[in-house]
Amino acid sequence: MKLKNIITAFLALAVSLSVMAQTSPVQEPLVFENQAQQDRFDQLTKELRCLVCQNQNLADSDAQLAHDLRREVHDLLLTGRTNDEVKQFLVDRYGVFVLYRPPVQTNTYLLWIGPLILLLIGAWILRASIGKRSEMLATGSTDNQNDPND
Amino acid sequence: MNGRSLPLIIFLALVIVLAVGLKISDKKTQIPSPLIDKPVPEFDLPVLAEPGRRMTWQSLLGKPYLVNFWGSWCPTCRVEHPIVNQLARLNAVYIVGLNFRDEEPDAVAWLNRWGNPYDVSLVDYDGRVSIDFGVYAAPETFLVDSAGTIVFKHLGQLTWEIVETEILPRVAAMESGS
Repeated sequence: MKLKNIITAFLALAVSLSVMAQTSPVQEPLVFENQAQQDRFDQLTKELRCLVCQNQNLADSDAQLAHDLRREVHDLLLTGRTNDEVKQFLVDRYGVFVLYRPPVQTNTYLLWIGPLILLLIGAWILRASIGKRSEMLATGSTDNQNDPND
Repeated sequence: MNGRSLPLIIFLALVIVLAVGLKISDKKTQIPSPLIDKPVPEFDLPVLAEPGRRMTWQSLLGKPYLVNFWGSWCPTCRVEHPIVNQLARLNAVYIVGLNFRDEEPDAVAWLNRWGNPYDVSLVDYDGRVSIDFGVYAAPETFLVDSAGTIVFKHLGQLTWEIVETEILPRVAAMESGS
């Protein structure tokens, strides 16, 4: 009896939630003309960011906008656009942020060469500290300042 | 000397990085629109609750206008709505409501309930025009000048402060310029 009430409550909640959304028809599966087209679609949607849930790509996201953008990518591919043209279509509307692989341009220089700079700084610190230690070993002095017997 | 100051330098560098991160954290999800200073996307959309009537981007040329993307499914639109109502009462700028990814009866009921600040309401049922505008969250608001160029975009909820500091001065400048 109690369980039945709980189930009823859950069903009521589920119905009320779905009423809030647009009564969109069941997402019809995207149909491609050939396997190559399907492969390009799969590759593109993996490289494009879902704008709503920004740490997901278009292929994985279930957000409404991701559905719409997948449909858009699909339609563009069917009209014979190249991968670059599809990407440009989205960049024109959403900016380079939609690309998971950002282009090398003025405001992304730091992004691209930042890790290299950090690596060089690390190497420099390592070299300096190794140099200092070997210098201390060579002179044989352990530097009295840290001597516990002092 | 050098060895002592190194941790301090690293600490200060970390402080700077974290402070900058904190400062921009509320803007991190806001993507600058590539559409600013670009012509408004072309559209030809039905007018809400007026069967048979449509409106195009060309018919809006000649005066500055605001495009406010909203949906009855969008809680933030509901929060924002009093601001749009307040702006409409000033009669300062023509306001186009762009109802997207919504059902018409829901949209009409929503406007009846919370007030209709829009000079015209257009319907983008399948969301294609909202994609052309680069909309990824609702509400989003665009200011278009009389030549049909997008001059300003606000992502998310409008506040009266934004209306007063970003929108009204731009509208006033356009009016005096023309």
